[in-house]
Amino acid sequence: MSKIIAAAAIRGAHKIVQKAEKKLAETVAQKGRDCPVEFPNTGYYLPIIYSMTGIPVKTLGDCFKILEMAKGMLPPVPEERHWLPYLGHALDAGMATLFAEEVLEGCKYLIGPHPVEGIWLGAADDVIMRERGIEFVDGTAPGFAAIVGAAPDADTAVKIARELQQKNLYVFMSANTHGVSFAEQLTSKGVQLGWKTRLVPFGKDITATVYSLGFANRAALAFGAVKPGDFRRNLLYNKNRIFAFVMALGEVDDEKYANAAGAINYGFPTIADTDIPEILPTGVCTYEHVVSQIPHDRIVDKAIEVRGLKISIHKIDIPVPYGPAFEGERIRKEDMYVELGGPGAPGFEFVVMKDTHEITDGKITMVGPDLEEFKEGTAIPAGIYIEVAGRKMQKDFEPILERQIHRFIGEAQGIFHMGQRDQIRHRISKEGFKAGLRLRHVGTIIHAKFHEEYGAIVDKVQVTIYTNKAEVEKRLGEVHRAFAERDERILGMNDESVNLFYSCTLCQSFAPTHLCVISPERSGLCGSVSWLDGKASFEINPRGPNQPIEKGKVIDENIGQWEGVNRFLLENSRHKVERVSMYSMIADPMTSCGCFECISVLLPMCNGIMTVHRDFTEMTPCGMKFSTLAGSVGGGLQCPGFSGHSKFFIGSRKFMAADGGMQRLVWMPKELKEEVGHFIEKRAKELGLEDFLNKIADETTATTEEEVLAYMQQVNHPALSMAPLI
Amino acid sequence: MENKNPTSKTPGNPTAGSASLKLLERMKAEGIETIYDRYQLQQPQCGYGQLALCCRHCNWGPCNIDPFGKGPKKGVCGADANTFAARQFLRMAAAGTASHADHARAVAYLLVAAARGEAPGYKIKDEEKLMMVAECFGVKTEGRKINEIAEEVGEMALAEFGKPYGTQLFVKRAPESRQKLWEKLGITPRAIDREVAESMHRTSMGTDQDYRNLIKQAMRLSLANGWGGSMLATELQDILFGTPKPVLGKSNLGVLKKDYVNIIIHGHEPIIAEAIVMATSDPSLTKAAQAVGAKGIAIAGICCTANELLVRHGIPMAGHMTMQELAVATGAVELMVVDVQCIIQALADTVQHFHTKLITTLSKAKICGAEHVEVDEEHAVEAAKKIVWMAIDNYPNRNPSKVFIPEDTGAEVVAGFSHETIKYMLGGRFRASYRPLNDNIMNGRIRGVVGIAGCTGPKVPAGDENYVSLVKELISKDFLVVGTGCAAGQCAGSGVMIPEFKDACGKGLKEVCETVGIPPVLHAGACVDNSRILIACSEMVKEGGLGNDISDLPVAGVCLEWMSEKAIAIGQYFVASGVFTVFGMNSPVTGAPDVLKLLTEGLEEQVGARWAFERDMKKIPQLLMDHIEKKRDALGINVAKERKLYDMEDRRKLEV
Repeated sequence: MSKIIAAAAIRGAHKIVQKAEKKLAETVAQKGRDCPVEFPNTGYYLPIIYSMTGIPVKTLGDCFKILEMAKGMLPPVPEERHWLPYLGHALDAGMATLFAEEVLEGCKYLIGPHPVEGIWLGAADDVIMRERGIEFVDGTAPGFAAIVGAAPDADTAVKIARELQQKNLYVFMSANTHGVSFAEQLTSKGVQLGWKTRLVPFGKDITATVYSLGFANRAALAFGAVKPGDFRRNLLYNKNRIFAFVMALGEVDDEKYANAAGAINYGFPTIADTDIPEILPTGVCTYEHVVSQIPHDRIVDKAIEVRGLKISIHKIDIPVPYGPAFEGERIRKEDMYVELGGPGAPGFEFVVMKDTHEITDGKITMVGPDLEEFKEGTAIPAGIYIEVAGRKMQKDFEPILERQIHRFIGEAQGIFHMGQRDQIRHRISKEGFKAGLRLRHVGTIIHAKFHEEYGAIVDKVQVTIYTNKAEVEKRLGEVHRAFAERDERILGMNDESVNLFYSCTLCQSFAPTHLCVISPERSGLCGSVSWLDGKASFEINPRGPNQPIEKGKVIDENIGQWEGVNRFLLENSRHKVERVSMYSMIADPMTSCGCFECISVLLPMCNGIMTVHRDFTEMTPCGMKFSTLAGSVGGGLQCPGFSGHSKFFIGSRKFMAADGGMQRLVWMPKELKEEVGHFIEKRAKELGLEDFLNKIADETTATTEEEVLAYMQQVNHPALSMAPLI
Repeated sequence: MENKNPTSKTPGNPTAGSASLKLLERMKAEGIETIYDRYQLQQPQCGYGQLALCCRHCNWGPCNIDPFGKGPKKGVCGADANTFAARQFLRMAAAGTASHADHARAVAYLLVAAARGEAPGYKIKDEEKLMMVAECFGVKTEGRKINEIAEEVGEMALAEFGKPYGTQLFVKRAPESRQKLWEKLGITPRAIDREVAESMHRTSMGTDQDYRNLIKQAMRLSLANGWGGSMLATELQDILFGTPKPVLGKSNLGVLKKDYVNIIIHGHEPIIAEAIVMATSDPSLTKAAQAVGAKGIAIAGICCTANELLVRHGIPMAGHMTMQELAVATGAVELMVVDVQCIIQALADTVQHFHTKLITTLSKAKICGAEHVEVDEEHAVEAAKKIVWMAIDNYPNRNPSKVFIPEDTGAEVVAGFSHETIKYMLGGRFRASYRPLNDNIMNGRIRGVVGIAGCTGPKVPAGDENYVSLVKELISKDFLVVGTGCAAGQCAGSGVMIPEFKDACGKGLKEVCETVGIPPVLHAGACVDNSRILIACSEMVKEGGLGNDISDLPVAGVCLEWMSEKAIAIGQYFVASGVFTVFGMNSPVTGAPDVLKLLTEGLEEQVGARWAFERDMKKIPQLLMDHIEKKRDALGINVAKERKLYDMEDRRKLEV
C-alpha cells in the first residue's frame, strides 16, 4: 500500500519544485540574481540545504543550482504495473521537496507574502535555536511534534496541544486543512502561542514545514559538531537524538506526503488522524514510518509510542495542567486573579535546611486565608517558607533548591512566577482560580517536585504558606538574615579555596569532545551550572554529568592549568583535548559545546577583547555575528583567541586573568553592558580603574575594530597601555 | 497463456516451463538432438565417476576404488578414497576459480586499455565505484584524472592474479572477525593464479595426500575466487559498464521477435555483449536490417551474459543455460554469438538444422563447426559491427515455416539488485543503509535471506522449475530470496521477479516488499556476481544487530542443479565465508565418507558453516529454513521483544 504514499510524495515533490522554480524566477525578476537571500539572523544560511550539501546559499543566483540539484533528485512516479523500488526514490523526493521549500520560503522573505505575519513566526533565528536547542540537549524537551494541517475543531486542537505541552514536547505548526490551521484553532480559543509556551506557529503554507526540519538540522550543526555537508551524520543525529514526529491532521494531499517523506529522512515518522495507507516495517525511522487513523484522544500517546519516546511525567495532584511549556505562559494584568507580593504586599520564597526530626514530610500549612478570601485584582501578602531535611542535604544547597521554585511553580498553568527571594510578584490567573487552583497547591507542587528531582538529597519537605500580612513580615526578618549570611559565604569562595572543581558533560550527547570545567570563579559556559550546582548535582547523582575533578599539581597558576584537570580532560574528551587553561583565551582555551551565553574574541588591533552575548544579532567589530562565531567555535574545538563563557564570568576575578583580565574588555553590546554592568563596576573598583564601564565601547560608539580603537583612544582605555596581547 | 492479471493471488507465469517443453517437443518431431537425449544416452553414468572413486591423475592408473569394500581400497600409488575425492574436489574448485579469474583478468585488461584510450567505445561509466575500488586498493585519487586512477586500479587488479607476496586486497571488505579467522586458519587467499597453480600441483601424483589439507586448500583457493576473481570481475565490470540499478526487463523464449533480426549473445563476459549493444545503437545497422525486410534488430541473452545485460540495460533474456539449444530451435535466431563458459558444443550441431550462425569470439574458446570472429578490446566495436552485419545478412536465409516462437512466454522481470542498489533503495541517497533490512530481520517480518545460485540441467525432468518452486515456498514463509546465475534466470522467466509477486509472500515479507517496492525475489546478476552477495552479507554484519560475523547471520545459500565446476568453487567460498550452503543432486565426494563428513560437519567447527547435499528437492526448503531459524535463535531474535522506548539517558547511548 505504501506505493500510494510513494507515488503521492513524488507527485507532491514535483509540484513543489515547480512552484519554487516559479517563485525564484519571479523573485529574480524583481530583485536580481545578486540579491542576498537568507532566513534572518542565522549563521546556517538555508539550513537544510547547508546541512545536506554544505553549500552556503547566499544569493538568489545560488538558488538556481540548488533547484537543479532538487530536480536531479526527483524520481519518476512509480508505474502502475511492474514498478521499480520506490522507497529510496520517495525519500529523495522528500529531500528535494525540502530544498525547494527553503528556496521558496527564502524568496518569500524578499518579495512576500512575508513569512512573519500575524500569528506566524517564520524561521527561528539562531538566538532562539540556541536557547531552545539546549532544552533538547538536556532533555527538558524530549522532542517536537510537527503538526501539519488542522484538527476537526478548535476544541480538539486545544486538547491535543495541551496534551503535547504536558508531555513537555514542542509543537511546531505549519500548513492548513482546507484553509484552517491548527495554530489559528488554538488562538481562537485564547491559547498563547510562541516559543515560550512551546506552541510555535511557523506558517500557514505547507512549505513552512521546512522551518521545523531546518531547526532540527541546525541543532545537529550547533550542538552535535556535525559538519555542513555531512548529511548522513546529520540525519542519523536527528534519528537518535531529536525525537520528533509529524502529526498530520486532516486530509493528506500530495504536498503533505512530500513533506512527510522529507521528514522520514530524519527518522521522524508520520502519525495521521485520517485513513491513509500505513508503512509499518521499521528501519529508516526507529519504528513505524506512517501510522494512520488514530483517534484524537489517543493520537499523542500513539505518536510517542511510534517515535519510541519515553517521557516520564510524575503526576502532580493539582487541578491545572503542569509542564515546562506552561512556564512560558504570561498572565496579563486583566487575566490575573491576584498577585502574590508586589506593591504594598510583602512577599518572599525561602528554602531552609532543618534537622530531620524537626519537620514532617508533606505537611502543607496555610497561615492565613487561601485565595477565595481575597478580592480579585489585588496584591496579597505571601510568604512561601520551605523546610527541607535529608541525610545528604547541605546548607550550600539551600539556594540551589530555592532557585528551582521559579521553574517548579511556574510550570503550573495559571501561575506566573516572577522575581525571587524577597522580591516576588507571582500571578495567579482567573482561569486557574476558576479551575480550582489554590495557594496550598503551590505547596503540593513544591513537595512533589523537590522529591522528584532532588530526592537524592532531600528526604523531607514541609511547606508553610503565609498570607497573613503580620506573619509574613515577622518571617521576613529571619529570611533577610539568612540571605545576608548566604551571600557572604558564597562571596568568600574562590578557586584557591577549593581542591575540587566539577566537570559538566551534559552537552556531550551533542558535542562529544566538549566538557566544561567549573570552578567557584568560572561557572559553566551556558550560565546555568555554578560550582555549587555541580557539587549538588554530584550528590544527587554520583554517576551523572557533574563529576568532581581533583585539581592536582599546579602546572601554571597564572593561566590556570593543573595536572589533575588536564588528565581528567583528556580522559573525558575522547582523548581529543589535552590541556585547558581556566584563565586564558589564548593558551589552551576551554572548548565550547555551542550553548555559551557569551563569547569573547581577541581584537588584535585594539590590544583587547570584545565580548558578545547570544541575544545580540548585529554585526560585531571582529567581523562576525554571534551566530557565525558560535557556528565556528562550538562543537568541542579549541580555538585560541576565542572563548565561550557565561555572563557571570565577565565580573569574575579570573576573567581571562592570564591575558590581562577585565581591563582588556574593549567592546560589548549595550544590552550586555547594562545587564552585567554592576559586576563590572564592582570588579573595576577592586582593580582601581576609574569609570571603566563607560570606557568599553558598544554598538552605539563603534561597529568596526578601527572604530573601537578610535573610541579607546578617545576615552584612554587602559588596554592601550597594557603589554601586547599577542 | 500470458498471465493477464499480475496481481492475482497466484501470480507468476504457470506456463513458463512450457516454453521449453513446446520447443523440446518440436525438436523431437524434427529429429534434433537435445541435452535430454544425450543425457539419456549416457545412462547409466559411470558409478566410479559419480562417487569420485576414479583417479586418472597419472598413467599408473586409471585406478578405481571399490565402494563396497570387496575390491581395491587404494590406487596403485596407495592413494585412498579420501585422497581421490578431495583431490577431485580441489581440482574442480581450481577449474571454477580459474574460470571466474580469467573472466576477471579480461575485464582488468579492458579497464587498463579503456583508461589509456586504447579500447575505443569503452569508457569509465561508474566513477563512484572506481573511487571505492581505488580506496580499497590504496590508489591515490586526490587531484588525479579519472583515467589515471582507472589505469592504476586496472594495473593493481592485474597484480591480484600474480603478485608474489601478500593476500587479496578485497579481503578487507569482509567483517573483521572473518578476516581474523581466515588468518588464524591460514586460508587468507594469496595471488589468484598462485592458488590455482598450487592446487593443480598439490593434486598431482604423489604430492598432497591428506584430505583435510586438500579441503583446506580448497577453501583458500575458493576464497581467491569469491573475494578475488569474482569480485574483481563484478566491480571492474561495474566501473566499465555501470553498476546495476533496478530495471524492467523481460525473460523467456517469448522475448525473441518474429519480424526482427534476432541476435543471441551467450556466455559470460559482458565485454563482447556490451560491444554488440554499442554496435546496434548505430542507426545505419537498423536501416540495413529494414532493408532486408526486418523491422529492426533485437538482442537477447542466454545464460550469464543474459543476466549481465538484463541487470545493466534491461535487455531481454531468452533463457538460462539449458535453453541454449531451444533458442536456436525457434528458427528465428539469425546469429548466436558466444564467448566463454557453459556454451555447449552441441550448438554447432543444432545450428545445422536452421539458418542460424554460431560465432565464437575469443581465441581461448573456439568450437568446431562455428565461425570465428576474433574480438579484442582494441577493435571490439568494429568486430561487433561485423557480427551484427553477419546477422543482418543472414535474415533473408530464415525459413519462416521453421519459425516457432512461444510468444506467450515472455515474463516481465524487475532486475538489477546490486549491493549498492539494495543500500540505496532502503534509504534513498541520504540514508542509504542496510538498517531497514537488518531491522526487519530482527523483528521477524523477514525470517532470513536465502541466496539461490547456479546451474540448471537435464538431470531434472524438462520443464521442471525447481528454483521457482523453492522460492515460492520460501517467500510464502517470509524468507527473502536473492538470486544469481541460471537460478535467477529460471526465476526471471517465470514471473516471480516482479513486485506484484509480493502477494505470494507471507504477511511480514509482503509488508516489507510493499514498503520498499521490491519483488520478493531479487535478481542480483550473473554467477560471477555472487560476490555481490558476499558484500551484502558483510554489510549486514557491519550494520549491526545480527551478530559479529557472516556465520552469525540468518542466511543460507542454495544451488539445486549444480553442474559447472564453478559451482563447487562458489559453494566452497560461501562456506569458507560463513554461509551454510545446500547443493541439490549428488555430493561430489560421495564415495569418500570422511571427506563428506568434513564438508558437511567438520567445516562448521573451522569456519562456522558447512555444506549439505540433498537429493530430495522437496526437503531442501525445510533444510534452509531450519538453519535460518537456528541462527535466529542463537541471535536471540526469535524471542518477542517489547518495544524499547528511549529516555534521554538511552538516547545518549546511541551512536550519532
